[in-house]
Amino acid sequence: MRILTALRKDTSSFIKTNLAQRTVLTVGSGLLSIFDPHRDDMISAFGELTSFGVLSDLQRKMLNDPEGALILKEKPVINSKVLDLNKLATFPEKTFGKEYVEFLRINNITPDTRKPVRFIEDEEQAYVMQRYREIHDFTHCILGLKTNMLGEVTVKIFEAIQLDLPMCWLAGIFGMLRLGPKHTQVYLDQNLPWIIQNAKHSKPLINVYFEKYFEKNIDELRAELNLTILSPKINEFKD
Amino acid sequence: MLKICKINLRTFTNRHISRLIHNETNKNQEADFGFRKVKYEEKQTKVNEVFDSVAEKYDLMNDAMSFGLHRLWKNQFIQEIDPNPGMRLIDVAGGTGDITFRYLSYLKNLDSTKFEESQLPLVTVCDINDNMLSVGKNRSVKMKFKEQIVWKVGNAEKLVEENDNTYDVYTIAFGIRNCTNIENVVKEAYRVLKPGGRFMCLEFSKTNNPVFKRIYDFYSFQMIPVMGYMIANDWNSYQYLVESIRMFPSQDEFASLISDCGFRLVSYKNLSNGAVAIHSGFKF
Repeated sequence: MRILTALRKDTSSFIKTNLAQRTVLTVGSGLLSIFDPHRDDMISAFGELTSFGVLSDLQRKMLNDPEGALILKEKPVINSKVLDLNKLATFPEKTFGKEYVEFLRINNITPDTRKPVRFIEDEEQAYVMQRYREIHDFTHCILGLKTNMLGEVTVKIFEAIQLDLPMCWLAGIFGMLRLGPKHTQVYLDQNLPWIIQNAKHSKPLINVYFEKYFEKNIDELRAELNLTILSPKINEFKD
Repeated sequence: MLKICKINLRTFTNRHISRLIHNETNKNQEADFGFRKVKYEEKQTKVNEVFDSVAEKYDLMNDAMSFGLHRLWKNQFIQEIDPNPGMRLIDVAGGTGDITFRYLSYLKNLDSTKFEESQLPLVTVCDINDNMLSVGKNRSVKMKFKEQIVWKVGNAEKLVEENDNTYDVYTIAFGIRNCTNIENVVKEAYRVLKPGGRFMCLEFSKTNNPVFKRIYDFYSFQMIPVMGYMIANDWNSYQYLVESIRMFPSQDEFASLISDCGFRLVSYKNLSNGAVAIHSGFKF
């Protein structure tokens, strides 16, 4: 049963497409994502176009959880205008907010790099996709994983298990093939079994209203979410 | 989608014929920006934004969208012009230089001595968009035609820097449909041409072949914006492109307009089933 919500209007970022167009775009964006990894607009497009069916399941999953339902109701967005990064930097050590700002700084990223959702017509499902993209950095932070290839592949598998998005599966599996020999070994021996356990047993992160927990101690938060981290070595984002 | 195209075509044709008949300058009214309507003064700015965005990948997209056919159309265009040594050309909306380079190559192959001895500059390239001109300038260095060309920013409707009766040939290829007032462009062309000079326009036009039309409509409305997004990360500019093609007058309507602006011996030639047409007129 599909949950029907409002259809997006033709505002600046939404593009209405028909079946013929979506077919060509799916193939094209898929190829371009592989051959030109700098085209993150193509990666985003491919992710959206392959997400049909899965997004409505995710929507239902969120609505069945009180926190998830609240997120869907309030539709918070994550970017540097909404988050006061300077304020978070003043929080005590080991709080989620402080750890997050440190994570951004060390990996040299900002919360503003996520592309808008362009090809999903249902307004709420488009938001679900947007939310998944925007909490990616929170996911990295809470799992204690760097934004190098190894960390990214590990996070992708985590997201794949929790959300079942085809794009996550593809990225996780193909990403693994691109790891160097040393990282592949670490991935198979250490990361993979650990992340599978985490993904299966933790609270789905799509249902976590991260913005409300900035002042909480990060290890407490992890415990509440039923998450463990790896021992700090090759994976810990603080060197 | 196709149904919407048909309805729009009908309303467009009626609207356009009445506009041509009345011959009014719609300064206080609206202009067509593809299927959208914008304020008259705004159209130029909006077109400029489109070309700012597409300039870098313009040539690549042309090849992709027309499957390389645009090269044949442009070659044919130069053949029709049949240039002679010493003929001075103004290539309006000439942007990345496709017509200019072909023109100069033709002259050089015809008689290379006379080409070297010709009075410079041989060609003035004029375009409203600086980014497009930059792409053209870079290409001219690679093609070794740097000296023969003068590049200018300008508006086809008002070529302020050009004197009357200056040029032997005036070309505008795939540019006139982007201008706000086509009639003004043609009038300016008349002004800057010498007596005996020739106006040549290469532009998308109307196809009457019903089978071809269905395929063409499907391809241009459905696929071109998708290709624009994949190649140049720009859906909207290419959406504008295909709509602007539909809003342009038919072969006969455009020929009438050229005639009304004073040109004689006005004729046109269809290419690719009428998808493209070459219009020609002489100033006597």
